[in-house]
Amino acid sequence: MIRFENVSKVYARGARPALDQVAVDVERGEFVFLVGASGSGKSTFLSLVLREQRPTRGRVYVAGRDVANLSGWRVPTLRRQLGVVFQDFRLLQNKTVHENVAFALQVIGKPRHVIRDTVPEVLDMVGLAGKEKRMPTELSGGEQQRAAIARAIVNRPQILLADEPTGNLDPTTSLGIMRLLDRINRTGTTVVMATHDDEIVNEMRRRVVELSDGVVVRDEASGGYGEREAILPDVGSSPVLDAPGTGTRLPAAPTVRGS
Amino acid sequence: MRFQFVLGEVFSGLRRNTTMVVAVVLVTFVSLTFVGAGALLQAQIGKLKDDWYDKVEVSVFLCPEGKSPAPSCAGGEATDQQVDALREVIGTELSGEVSKVWFESKAQAFAAFEERYPDGYQGTQLTEEDMQASLRLKLTDAEQVAVVSDVLSGRDGVEVVEDQRAVFEPLFRTLNVATLLAAGLAGVMLLAAVLLITTTIRLSAVSRRKETEIMRLVGASNLFIQLPFLLEGALAAVFGSLLAGGGLWLAVRFMVTDWLERSVDWVAYVSEVDVLRIAPLLVVVAVALAALSSFFTLNRYTRI
Repeated sequence: MIRFENVSKVYARGARPALDQVAVDVERGEFVFLVGASGSGKSTFLSLVLREQRPTRGRVYVAGRDVANLSGWRVPTLRRQLGVVFQDFRLLQNKTVHENVAFALQVIGKPRHVIRDTVPEVLDMVGLAGKEKRMPTELSGGEQQRAAIARAIVNRPQILLADEPTGNLDPTTSLGIMRLLDRINRTGTTVVMATHDDEIVNEMRRRVVELSDGVVVRDEASGGYGEREAILPDVGSSPVLDAPGTGTRLPAAPTVRGS
Repeated sequence: MRFQFVLGEVFSGLRRNTTMVVAVVLVTFVSLTFVGAGALLQAQIGKLKDDWYDKVEVSVFLCPEGKSPAPSCAGGEATDQQVDALREVIGTELSGEVSKVWFESKAQAFAAFEERYPDGYQGTQLTEEDMQASLRLKLTDAEQVAVVSDVLSGRDGVEVVEDQRAVFEPLFRTLNVATLLAAGLAGVMLLAAVLLITTTIRLSAVSRRKETEIMRLVGASNLFIQLPFLLEGALAAVFGSLLAGGGLWLAVRFMVTDWLERSVDWVAYVSEVDVLRIAPLLVVVAVALAALSSFFTLNRYTRI
């Protein structure tokens, strides 16, 4: 479904590559966690799938298409097979939940009766039945993310990309979102989720691809989040922090001219 | 569905940017009014030329009885032989340029003079003897007057060849200068219009950044994303051009048809019909302006 063949991405000439010789193969219907520290290349990975960026070297195949060499006017066709969810939801604040989800169908020219039938169905599936007329500001964070997921899947995409979908949510709400993503995955949708949430990764036991400085350092079939640095490592003593203001000072410069 | 949606986007965009849209409408209105005024001035010149050049004749004034400064008149008043010789030249050398020749005697000239100035010319009392005989030529093509003048000037018995067109030249020159002035102002205003439409589209694109971002991600086509912006600019510009057409129509109706034509009625003027003829042109210019501005802006602000 998604295939990276030795993909490298360099943003600025001479800079450290954001992705370096990445080779990953995601099968149809898989659920993949993309983990790694900030700046490890997770977002670059997703934007290459979406063809917001083109790889510097290597090939990216999405749903059988060579994305890197896709001509511009075909990009919309590719994106109609992809759904995307973000950490910050990105709902349109001046539209209701129903209008937000319907918007995704309107702008790709779906007929009105399709919209009338599909949108309530999807809202029901994500658990927002009865809240169609609410504005995004009238929803909790978890509900907003559910609305965003509804918008992402309303056109029945083959692949759902999620960029830290639980990043703004508390653990309980995150769990609900994960159950929803799992359910979507079970209907046959391939899900790729970039995340920092080790609890979720450890609990779900799905495939984990770990990136570090743009390199795939781990690709485990049912892995955990991996080692985390201790939150409070032994820092050692620091005169400035331990006793500010009382540290030894440099002696005053000696006067050159005597009186 | 699509059409309705795009229209909805267009109107919400127009509403959100009311001040800018009004500015675009006004600037295109003013600039296209100048464009139209220039076109109407040229139409007026064309009408005057059509109207007058046909009536214009070349007068070959023959040597008068008394003293004349022209060297070709050293022999005194033009003789019948000289006049016949001139007719001969006109009939052969100028047969292609001159369509009609007739002789105006002193008596005829005096009659014409008295008819025009029954009370005498500026208080002077003139007699038939003060008049000058002439040959009047009608040209096949009014533009050929220089050739005729070259051939006849300086011949014996000819004092001076006068082209009545020369009388109109200052008027045409004035109208042409006015056209240039209108064109210059129109150019400056058109530039301002392009810049303003560009800014309006940019503002509109920025204020709808979130929408276009979502549209890109869910796979809306480029055309679909850009169409509302295109239509917004085009709609404002077209509205401005319609105002310009209306303004020119009113100006012609009340200033030319109702006023000039009544006070100076021996001239052919531009009419409302001419305005209707140039109005579609103004709309085309407006659409071109909007298209030009969109072309420069859109690809930068709504990239896939």
